Order: sequence, then C-alpha cells, then structure tokens
Amino acid sequence: MVSQLFPVTVKDVEVHRRGARLIGPVDLTLENRGITVVLGPNGAGKTTLLRAMHGIERINGGSVIWAVPPEVARLKQAYVFQTPIMMRRSVADNLAYPLKLRGAPKAEIADQVALWAERIGLADALGRSAPQLSGGEKQKLALARALVASPDVLFLDEPCANLDGRSMREIEALLIGARDAGVGILMTTHDLGQCKRLAEDIVFIIKGRVHETGAAAAFLEGPRTAEAKAFLRGDIIE
Amino acid sequence: MNDIFEGLVAAALLVVTLDADLVDITLRSLQVTMTALVVASAIAIPLGTWLAIRRFRYRRVVIAVMNALMGLPPVVVGLIVYILLSRAGPFGVLGLLFTPTAMIIAQVIIITPLIASITHQAMRDLWAEYHDLLISLNTNRRQRIAALVWDGRRTLLTASLAGFGRAIGEVGAIMIVGGNIENATRVLTTAIALETGKGDFALALGLGFVLIALALVVNLSIHWLSRTEREGRW
Ligand SMILES: Nc1ncnc2c1ncn2[C@@H]1O[C@H](COP(=O)(O)OP(=O)(O)OP(=O)(O)O)[C@@H](O)[C@H]1O
Ligand SMILES: [Mg+2]
Repeated sequence: MVSQLFPVTVKDVEVHRRGARLIGPVDLTLENRGITVVLGPNGAGKTTLLRAMHGIERINGGSVIWAVPPEVARLKQAYVFQTPIMMRRSVADNLAYPLKLRGAPKAEIADQVALWAERIGLADALGRSAPQLSGGEKQKLALARALVASPDVLFLDEPCANLDGRSMREIEALLIGARDAGVGILMTTHDLGQCKRLAEDIVFIIKGRVHETGAAAAFLEGPRTAEAKAFLRGDIIE
Repeated sequence: MNDIFEGLVAAALLVVTLDADLVDITLRSLQVTMTALVVASAIAIPLGTWLAIRRFRYRRVVIAVMNALMGLPPVVVGLIVYILLSRAGPFGVLGLLFTPTAMIIAQVIIITPLIASITHQAMRDLWAEYHDLLISLNTNRRQRIAALVWDGRRTLLTASLAGFGRAIGEVGAIMIVGGNIENATRVLTTAIALETGKGDFALALGLGFVLIALALVVNLSIHWLSRTEREGRW
C-alpha cells in the first residue's frame, strides 16, 4: 500500500494565538519517504506545525494541501498526542473505538483488537481500564489505536518522551513496521539518537520557521546552517 | 431519657414488623422522589452536557443562572410552586395543588439545577480531556456526546444520586405544596415533622431510621461508584 495523500504542501501557513505568531510563514513540501522527523528546540513550534498539518489547529493564514480532497485526507490520518489521551474504558474498547466510528463489522473489530493487543503486548490486559495503565503501556495503546484504522499518514508528537529503553524499542519497532507497510510518518522527538535511527528526512525549525530541510543522513552529517550545527552539537540555542 | 429509649425501641419494632403506616409513607416518598429524579435527570443531564460542549452567546449567563438556582431555598421553591398551582394561579385549573404531582414538580425544580451543575462540571472536564482525540478522529457531534455520556456514566449516576439525596430529605417545599395529607401526600420528612410535633416519637424515629438508611445507601453508592470509576470495572 502506498499512501495516496502525498505529496503534501504546506503553503505560507501561520498560526497566531493571542496576538503572537506561533509558527509561520511555513513553506514545506513532503513526499512519502517513510519517517520525517521535525526537530527543533523547545517552543520552536513543532507541535503546532503537526497539529496545523493534521487540521486540528486553526490556521490564520496559508493552507495545507494534500494530494486528495481535504475530507478524504482527514479520514486517512491519525495523530498520537504528546501525552496519550486514554478514553475511560477498557484497553479493548479503546482499540475498538476508531473502528466503531467507521461502522466496521463486529467480527472485524474483534479481529483487529486481538491483533493489535498482541502486537503491543497487552493481549492479557484487554479488560483493564486504559487510564490505569503505565506510561509506556498508554503510549503503546495510543499508537495502536492510531494504527488500527490503517491510516495513510501518522502524526506522532514525542512518542517516546519519558519512556524507558524497552518501551522505546517496542514503539520504534511498531513505527518501522508501519513505515514498511507504507504509512507516511511525521514525528517530533527530542532524542537525537532516535532521530538517527528512524529519520529518512528532517525538518529543522526554529522560532516557528523552517530553518533547514533535507535527507536525514546529510543533515545529521553536515548541517548547513550554524544554528543546526549548534543544535546537533547539543549547544543551548533559543 | 426513658422516653427516648422507649421511643427507640418502639421505632425499631415498627421497622422490623414492617408497620403498615411506615411502609406506606416510605413507598410514597420513594415514588415521589424517584419520579422527580427521573424527570430532573432527563432535563439536567442533556442540559449539562450541552452547556459543556457547545459554545453559544449566552452560555456563561445560563451557567451562572443554573448555579444560582442551585442555591434557591427549597421553601421559596415551595412557595412559588404553591402560588403557580393555587386556584387563583396560572395553573390553578389543573387542580394539582396538594397532590403528589405538585410535590414532584417542586422536587424537580429543586434538584434539576444541582444535577445539571454536577453534570456540566463533569462533562466539561471530560470534554477538555477528550477534545483533541475526538476532533482528530473526525467524530460528529452525536458521536462526541455519546462518548462523553458513556465514559462519564458513573459521574452522571453520582450526580443523580446527589439529586436523590437532596430530594428525599427535603421537607419545606413539599410540606407547602403537598399539604402533608394522610394517605395522599404524607412522605417521610413531612410525617417526621408532624409526628414530632404531636409527640409520637416512636413513629417519627422509625421514619427517621428509614430516612437515614436511604441516605446511607445513597452515600455508599456514590462512594462505590467513585471506586469502580478508578478501577474501571464497568
Ligand atoms: N494555545 C496557545 N496559546 C498561546 N501560545 C501557545 C499556545 N500553544 C502553544 N503556544 C506557544 O507556541 C510556541 C510553540 O509551541 P509548540 O508547542 O508548538 O512548541 P514545541 O516545539 O512543540 O515545543 P516542545 O519541544 O516544548 O514540545 C510556544 O512558545 C508555546 O508557548
Ligand atoms: Mg511539543
């Protein structure tokens, strides 16, 4: 399956809140090249950019254009939030929810729930209350709930913040699996190691503007701008 | 001192022997309050939910009014309902004054703002929690409300129980609009008031036991609900 949604073009997008410009103007074109990582210091606008592209953040200028009409594009996207949002129901019901919304047949829902619970190692916890899970389990459940409706594009905001090595490895394996199945992934991370392991492309932003974009290997080996060099060195930049 | 002790014994006897008057009054109380509760919940839960997720022009005003109504003294509610239902009042022709229906109306007015307010707070918090997810999943309004009400069901039940507790123990309003008529509108609280006045402590205390037991059941249920909420058992 190759995603129909790409290329996506972000054109002059600006997001303003309370008189301040959070991001923009942002111009960006992305092909589906697997995993694209948005890098940048705290408060640079990574989350805002992802939300704007997904269409859950009101934009004050410009447009986000997918290769298919907006209504279609929207149904083919999934978003995993920085702090996982657990519905106050069981693990199984959380996994089933996106499929129920689409009116999937009961048998298919049951199959998918079992499949994904197995993949995230929660097969024995189907009846447990999702808000009671550990941080890593929540993050994995949020990811599985995003993937269960087979999106073409997956947005991930800091999927591994505060997770231990094992959870991180499990999540990265799921992401690689999704990528290999043709899902286009756009994610943010603070972890340069993770960025190296996963990224095909990099979008580097500072102060709400795209500073540098390109293939991950090239960017990580030899960033062009002084800011990117400093960021990769681990210097404190604002 | 002796009087009180004898009263307690007699009261306990009334309860264990299921005294006809006591049972009759208790059942009437439950019937009136349960009916009021169903009607009030049917109004308050949709209203509270709607206020939590819809943005409209006078929303804050409506919420302020609702919270103010919660503080209405029940006696005043009784007085107003009395005036409206009295022969000369706008609804006088219905002949509802001094009937259980009048008591139900008064109780509905007293507990609807309470249930709506608790519902509003609970739904507002849950909506804040779910907002991004439900928007991201492309839900329509009906689906959002369904998700909030279903996942907030324990809190909504708690809200209803709080309404029940307030209604079953209320005396001023239903005394005024019901008239405390034997075999017709006499309920637990009004009977206690009357029997105490007459000095019949046995029946008053017996009815009091029943009322306390009901209040305990309600509070234990609320406690149990909040526990299952945390453990997510249903
Ligand atoms: N609703 C809002 N109202 C006002 N300012 C906001 C709002 N949301 C975000 N901001 C501000 O916008 C800027 C960009 O925020 P954003 O969350 O996109 O950054 P980020 O790159 O994701 O940061 P982090 O690495 O900390 O997650 C920040 O300065 C933040 O304080
Ligand atoms: Mg962020």
